[in-house]
Amino acid sequence: MKTLEVKPSLDKNVVSVKEFVYKNITPYYGTDEFLVEPSKKTKKLWEVCKIATQEERQNNGVRSIDTETISGIANFKAGYIDKENEVIVGLQTDELLKRAMKPFGGYKVVLKALQEHGLEPSKNIQNLFSKYVKTHNDGVFDAYNAEIKKFRSLGFLTGLPDNYARGRVIGDYRRVALFGIEKLINDKKLDLENITGPMCDATIRLREEVAEQIKALKDMIVMGNHYDLDLSRPAQNAREAVQWTYMAYLAAVKEQDGAAMSLGNVSTFLDIFIEEDLKNGVITEVEAQEYIDQFVMKLRMVRHLRMAAYDEIFAGDPTWVTEAIGGMLNDGRTKVTKTAFRFLHTLYNLGPSPEPNITVLWSPLLPDNFKKYCAKVSIDTSSIQFENDDLMRTSRGSDDYGIACCVSYQEIGKQIQFFGARTNLAKTLLLAINGGKCEITGTQMVNGIEPCTCEYLDFDKVMANFKIAMKQVAGVYNDAMNIIHYMHDKYYYEKAQMALIDTNPHVNIAYGIAGLSIVADSLSAIKYAKVKPIRNDQGLTVDYIIEGEFPKYGNDDDRVDIFAHNAVKDFNNELKKLPVYKNAESTMSVLTITSNVVYGKKTGATPDGRDKGVPFAPGANPMHGRDTNGAIASLNSVAKIDYNDSLDGISNTFSIVPKSLGANKEDQINNLAATLTGYFEHGAQHLNVNVLDKETLLDAMEHPENHPQLTIRVSGYAVNFIRLTREQQLEVITRSFHESM
Amino acid sequence: MVIFLQGCKLKCLYCHNPDTIDTHGGTEYEIEDLVQRAIKMKSYFGNNGGVTVSGGEPMLQAKNILTFFKRLKEENIHTNIDTNGRVLNHPVMQVLDNYTDLVMLDIKHVTEKGYQYITGKKNAQTSFNFAKYREDSGKKMWLRYVLIPEITNKPELLHALGEQFKNYKTIEKIELQPYHKLGIHKWEALGWTYELNDARENTPEELAQAAQILSTYFKEVKIN
Repeated sequence: MKTLEVKPSLDKNVVSVKEFVYKNITPYYGTDEFLVEPSKKTKKLWEVCKIATQEERQNNGVRSIDTETISGIANFKAGYIDKENEVIVGLQTDELLKRAMKPFGGYKVVLKALQEHGLEPSKNIQNLFSKYVKTHNDGVFDAYNAEIKKFRSLGFLTGLPDNYARGRVIGDYRRVALFGIEKLINDKKLDLENITGPMCDATIRLREEVAEQIKALKDMIVMGNHYDLDLSRPAQNAREAVQWTYMAYLAAVKEQDGAAMSLGNVSTFLDIFIEEDLKNGVITEVEAQEYIDQFVMKLRMVRHLRMAAYDEIFAGDPTWVTEAIGGMLNDGRTKVTKTAFRFLHTLYNLGPSPEPNITVLWSPLLPDNFKKYCAKVSIDTSSIQFENDDLMRTSRGSDDYGIACCVSYQEIGKQIQFFGARTNLAKTLLLAINGGKCEITGTQMVNGIEPCTCEYLDFDKVMANFKIAMKQVAGVYNDAMNIIHYMHDKYYYEKAQMALIDTNPHVNIAYGIAGLSIVADSLSAIKYAKVKPIRNDQGLTVDYIIEGEFPKYGNDDDRVDIFAHNAVKDFNNELKKLPVYKNAESTMSVLTITSNVVYGKKTGATPDGRDKGVPFAPGANPMHGRDTNGAIASLNSVAKIDYNDSLDGISNTFSIVPKSLGANKEDQINNLAATLTGYFEHGAQHLNVNVLDKETLLDAMEHPENHPQLTIRVSGYAVNFIRLTREQQLEVITRSFHESM
Repeated sequence: MVIFLQGCKLKCLYCHNPDTIDTHGGTEYEIEDLVQRAIKMKSYFGNNGGVTVSGGEPMLQAKNILTFFKRLKEENIHTNIDTNGRVLNHPVMQVLDNYTDLVMLDIKHVTEKGYQYITGKKNAQTSFNFAKYREDSGKKMWLRYVLIPEITNKPELLHALGEQFKNYKTIEKIELQPYHKLGIHKWEALGWTYELNDARENTPEELAQAAQILSTYFKEVKIN
């Protein structure tokens, strides 16, 4: 028998995860040939999960809810899917797909979610939260003024995280595996000692925060003990590295239910441990894939308790377990490892899935074999998205970053984000036409705008008024954000995640806008055609008659694309002028998630010819059906929006029918890879790719049972198509499916 | 980027772009506009992509292609021609010799009778002459061949096709296009009778067999 000499060759003498990766990474340039099928254990486990998710769907989207326990890092005992087949353990609660109450974001939301399923919290919890405990939501509404409430209820500001957790913070979950929690506690204790007087607001708050973080770390050790794991020490092999990293993430999703709870960029890190074990003959490829399959399976089973109204904004029960894969190191090496392939391969081993939200950081310098494999996975599963690594890495600085939520750069362990939902920019434009009044209710929203009374809209006048409106709307938006994040820190601080981030990190505030394509096309119509407003007896414009043709955003026509570019720049500049809580840096995204439907509902007719109530295009997309010059022209229009004006991300969702990508699979793969490279060379930031025929979606609407795992990319994330409402399904189907490049 | 030029002298029974056959139709574009569009798309072309002119039969407008391709080569853009090889006059030779990176030559049938049946025109030899001209220039060429069971997909025909071209050095590959009926609605829209109604689509075995035969003659066989 051959004996193996096991030599520890990993260089663990490092001060940071990043340094560990730099010193020990094994970039991989080969093909996907080494990948293996799921193990027997994985297959058995996945069968259990599939049955459970089916039960969940049949039971109105929820399998079960715990009404006794307030979720927290160590508040549930161990839970298993099927213990003997679980190589990576840990569930949010003590049972698969059982959802838990996290009421500190907002108790009413929890109450409503339970009521919708015929349940109520235990008497004890009812008593506590109705009499004694104050939540984030309570705090926000204590501080909101009438103006903010008005903007919120009339749909100028929507989706604000003021009654639920803000999410978006990404802990550096790798730290638990690399260092063990004991060292992390000691480091934080040292930080706490060093936060000294004078004891002003910021210092006191920071001391309290770090103290909370230390408690969270201690709780994580207890949580590990429930599963007989000693998280206080570093991981000692590949399985433990995966397990420890997952446990750290699990602590976050036990404590918080933010809309987006990203994972970060763990694949390169985990690969180092896996390579080491493979090299030493401790494991084979079967185990390596098994760890990743089972880890990903666990991530797919993450659930939060949501009320039905939440689904209008974020459809399909998403959790945004976003994992960024690929990209380059600043020293020119690639971050692509075999484990990057293993993560993508889960989409075959376990089938397509919206979660985890796999995001490929694309660079022309990525290994060709990896690019091809990504293109293949994208064509086969429509489950992954792509972002421009060169753009983000060079303009933001770090090569160790993840994607917060959908599209947003976040340096891991060094920076965080304050999620800011979005402003309805189309409605803001309508203020410019209606004397500063809401086009639906007639409520005065902003001041200093003369009502338009002329027969045809005058471009210069509308433009000047639009700028006045943007300035005031930005002011109200900023007020709301400051209140929300002040209160979230106070009542629902992310102690588990923040414990895994440097003390007092840089903060970006992530503002957003919706309705960009409508603004661009409306301004184009006013400028290049003649737009006649139809006014009601209140003087509000209820409809528009357009005489003549006008260029439309999405056709690579500078005459109109400049309006999209400028609207983003102008609104971002207004926001940048305003003071932000914790001195956060102001950033903005063009991203809607699926809220483009609900934004549309709340918006009257627009001068581009869109009727009242019609959905917006998602993110930075051109309006449905108006990008008629082929796929590349559509992409080029979006690429003109300057990333520097929208550092939080510019989301583009792109659907193309397979045959227009190429006659055969090989051509399709090469053409998709070339398309991504081409798009990003134009300076674009993000692309969701769906390679689908409309017929498949129509069939899934009629026969959902035949498409249980059909996944499509929407705006910055993916959903299981059959979990969308019929209205959302129809909206997806009306989007442009490019039939030519 | 594919540009379909209007007009073709053939009327192939299976034509999937019958709306491009008529020489009086289509939309006129300025050559420079097309060049500018190609420049905007250039970054998307990758290593193998570029501008392809197809049709119709593009070589009917060889003089325009000459101007167009000359500009594309100035912009360092890859140029392809998708042709039936029926026209081989002086402008066509100029286009081929100076400005065309790749010729994709459609071989309709290897027999005169079959050629006439499919295209409605005589002289199968034209496409062989075209191929020979390209071969002598030493520049890159792909063959394309539509597989219709019994009509073009028969072992003896495939062997004849292989024999015809087996010594050609410029042919990088042959692309097989399995016959499908997707274009029928376009014929109906034009008010024409689709005469190939009896033909059926290939079975996977038939496709595999055709590929197997041709692979003994060509460097690469690809089924689209």
